[in-house]
Amino acid sequence: MVSLMLTRFFSDYGMLLVLLLLCALLSAATIAEQHPSGAAAAEQLAGAIIAQTPAGAHVAIIARDGDDDRAFTATLQTQLTTANRKIVAQVNGQPHHGARALQDLAGAGVKIDVIAVTKEAGAWAIFDDFAQENPLSKDAQRLRPESYYWPNFLKASNLVNVADQTAIIAIMAIGMTMVILAGGIDLSVGSLLALSAVLSALLIREVGGGRDASPFVMIVFCVLAIFACALVGLGTGLLVTWFRVPAFIVTLGVMLQARGLAEKLTGGESVFGLPDAFTWLGRDSTLGFLPNSVVLMIVLYAIAHFVMAQTVLGRYIYAVGGNSEAARLSGVPVRRVIVGVYVVSALLAGVGGIIIASQLQTGAPTYGSMYELYVIAAVVVGGTSLSGGEGKILGTLIGAFLIAVIRNGMNLLDLKSWDQTIVLGSIIILAVLFDRAKHLGWLRWRSLQ
Amino acid sequence: MLHMHAIDKAYPGVQALRGVDLTLHSGEVLALLGENGAGKSTLIKILAGAFLPDRGRIAIDGKPVTIRDPLDARRAGIAVIYQEFNLVPTLPVVDNLFLGQEQTRFGWLRRGSEVSAARALFARLGVAVDPWALCRDLSIAQQQIVEIARALSHEARILVMDEPTATLTPTEVEKLFAVIRELKTHGIGIIYISHRLDEIDTIADRVMVLRDGELVGVKQKSEVQRDDLIEMMVGRRLDQEFPARHQKIGMPCLAVEHLSRGSKVRDVSFTLHRGEVLALTGLVGSGRTETARILFGADRPDAGTITLHGQRLNLRGPRDAIAAGICLLSEDRKNHGLILNESVRTNFGLPNLGVFSWLGYLRQRIERAAIQQYVRSLSIKVPSTETPAYHLSGGNQQKVVLAKWLQANSEVILFDEPTRGIDVGAKVEIYQLINALAEQGKAILMISSELEEVLGMADRILVMHEGRITGEIADVKNATQPQIMRLAVR
Repeated sequence: MVSLMLTRFFSDYGMLLVLLLLCALLSAATIAEQHPSGAAAAEQLAGAIIAQTPAGAHVAIIARDGDDDRAFTATLQTQLTTANRKIVAQVNGQPHHGARALQDLAGAGVKIDVIAVTKEAGAWAIFDDFAQENPLSKDAQRLRPESYYWPNFLKASNLVNVADQTAIIAIMAIGMTMVILAGGIDLSVGSLLALSAVLSALLIREVGGGRDASPFVMIVFCVLAIFACALVGLGTGLLVTWFRVPAFIVTLGVMLQARGLAEKLTGGESVFGLPDAFTWLGRDSTLGFLPNSVVLMIVLYAIAHFVMAQTVLGRYIYAVGGNSEAARLSGVPVRRVIVGVYVVSALLAGVGGIIIASQLQTGAPTYGSMYELYVIAAVVVGGTSLSGGEGKILGTLIGAFLIAVIRNGMNLLDLKSWDQTIVLGSIIILAVLFDRAKHLGWLRWRSLQ
Repeated sequence: MLHMHAIDKAYPGVQALRGVDLTLHSGEVLALLGENGAGKSTLIKILAGAFLPDRGRIAIDGKPVTIRDPLDARRAGIAVIYQEFNLVPTLPVVDNLFLGQEQTRFGWLRRGSEVSAARALFARLGVAVDPWALCRDLSIAQQQIVEIARALSHEARILVMDEPTATLTPTEVEKLFAVIRELKTHGIGIIYISHRLDEIDTIADRVMVLRDGELVGVKQKSEVQRDDLIEMMVGRRLDQEFPARHQKIGMPCLAVEHLSRGSKVRDVSFTLHRGEVLALTGLVGSGRTETARILFGADRPDAGTITLHGQRLNLRGPRDAIAAGICLLSEDRKNHGLILNESVRTNFGLPNLGVFSWLGYLRQRIERAAIQQYVRSLSIKVPSTETPAYHLSGGNQQKVVLAKWLQANSEVILFDEPTRGIDVGAKVEIYQLINALAEQGKAILMISSELEEVLGMADRILVMHEGRITGEIADVKNATQPQIMRLAVR
């Protein structure tokens, strides 16, 4: 029973294992010497100074100018003062500023126990003759933040970066998963993303008052842009169901139309001049370190998982993809379900457009080209069968992360962009092969009965 | 000619075959009988090269052979004709015949010589098939002939036929038997799998029965009676193939008037009463299934009215029919009745989610309790209600479909070939269920090609021919098969 559950887990979420393995490999491959800077460096150094000196010790802090170094001196100063060490000098500037400060201290007869420096300031030539020029402080230690080894991949900033890059593709992939599960395909999502980005940006700039637009106005126009995309999805769904045009053809047409419309609306130019507050969704992190777009992604996945596993709609989507005729003869409103999934897919492409516009504070008609393929890739890599009826929404999230991690890893490892494209293509083919193998296994199983 | 000796084959968790022997002489028809799951398919697949046996030997003309793949089987002179044909529908007959063994000269097809070879093959079989016709335009029977001709063109000496008559009309069956007799005179040995005992009476020389993977016995046909065969298959003697029913025919329930759709359904009128089993029979293609599909809302009629309990129905789709209390158990369970890779519970729930949900949220506990109740009351044999439908035998699949419609409160139940592909033991269970439903006052329309079933089950019989109802037999007790057949062929 346990082994059966394990087997089932791995057949459903086997890609999770692949993802974890890949993360481990990338961590091992990107281990590098890390030089802490700024506040993090100061905290580390403060600990070392406090451990090595008695209370009341005199500390001189010398660093370069700049945001990072100012944070370094400020944090160090606060922490050392709290621990009863006396700051006798605090320099942010050029080497000669540091030299002057040291001379002043020597002239005033102040003894220095520790000189705290950053990695860069520690290499300055001003310290070469320090012992001769400051006989009083000739035993002073020069301390700098220590470097350590840590994978570049696992740095918090990089992980957040990966999540950030995943968010748009992953959100669009929710809709695509539903479409593919219901036995369809949607090639129009990349273009709809551009349409939504351009529409929202234009509305805010032309109607909402440009840089002075209020948050309420921005929200209304973003919702309008998303709604416009959903309308396009409604059209797609109606064409697929009522006129029985193959989804591939309908969405191919819509893909071209939406892209063309986005370009026509902007005359092919990017739309700038959006309020700074517009970047709230794409750049801010209201809840601590997770960017808002990532939080939105998590919320949407939670909802989608619930819908697919616990609601009538989810059940109907699986049924339609598994065997639409049997579903129809069981009283499932097949057409409404199919129209529904195209609306959801288009709507989420619209959400993706708002996020990318917000990230870049710009709406451009060139956004999202080839995104439909990345999105389909995420769904397929996540284990959803292109023939419909089989797959899991959380598998798609794993698939989206897998692709983002691979792209990120290739960047970290300095692969050329063309090599990256080749690798991505190979991964998609491997994923489909995996799906085929699973399917063949299933057929073999069935023939035994 | 062919000896299979002490064949063993196990699948994970199942011993499919245990020490099975099979001998086939040239020029004879050996009927292979057994319930579904008895091991017939496995034995055939070993012969066809789909599986290797775990143990055992196969010899042809006394020489041991190993059959690793279908190509080995073909080289050994074995051809298998499955229920689903291996023909390319968009290619002409002649191309299908020689697919994979084209006659060529310097890479060019020698179509002329292929066509004359094809004509020669068909002449040998005593049938007329146009070599240039596209396979998709052929009838099922003709496609079967093409398959047989292809086997001959491979110089097959051992021909395996898996339920060859399942979708044939009686006339076509007669023609097929003529072809089989012709093959026998050419010294070809035939292994013939069928559930239809009367066919086996007609065509088989010897009968071999498998049960639970073991050989129960091999008998000369002249030595055994039908009842003995049934007993060998199910391991017990069935008192009656068709259980008796306490008849209680009530008020008219469903009235159909002047229903028409294209050339398939022409001016069909009849009335169905509560508590009645009305059989709708006729040849395959006579419009029976099409009529049932209209009643279920799956297709729209060109003309005519459907009245249920005095109220006229306007069925825009199956949803309307289901809401009105009409349901259809399709003849094609695998494609129209069930979503095979979904669980028993999911299939059961599909038309009933209105009851099993609240504001779109599934109440799966109630759903599970409901299906478990039907698993008990209909004695559906499943390891769990979460088992995918493709794991189930035909009889149990049929019961799952029935459970789904009973839960939907269906009053009018349309059974289209209710026992097709279902083994003998399970058939009786289905008959008992149909009886029980009629006794509860449900109105039942049973479409069937098996005349014995029609005569054994129906209260009244309607016969269709080319889309029209050509006759009604109210006095079923004294009706005969020829009487029905005369109405069906006209």
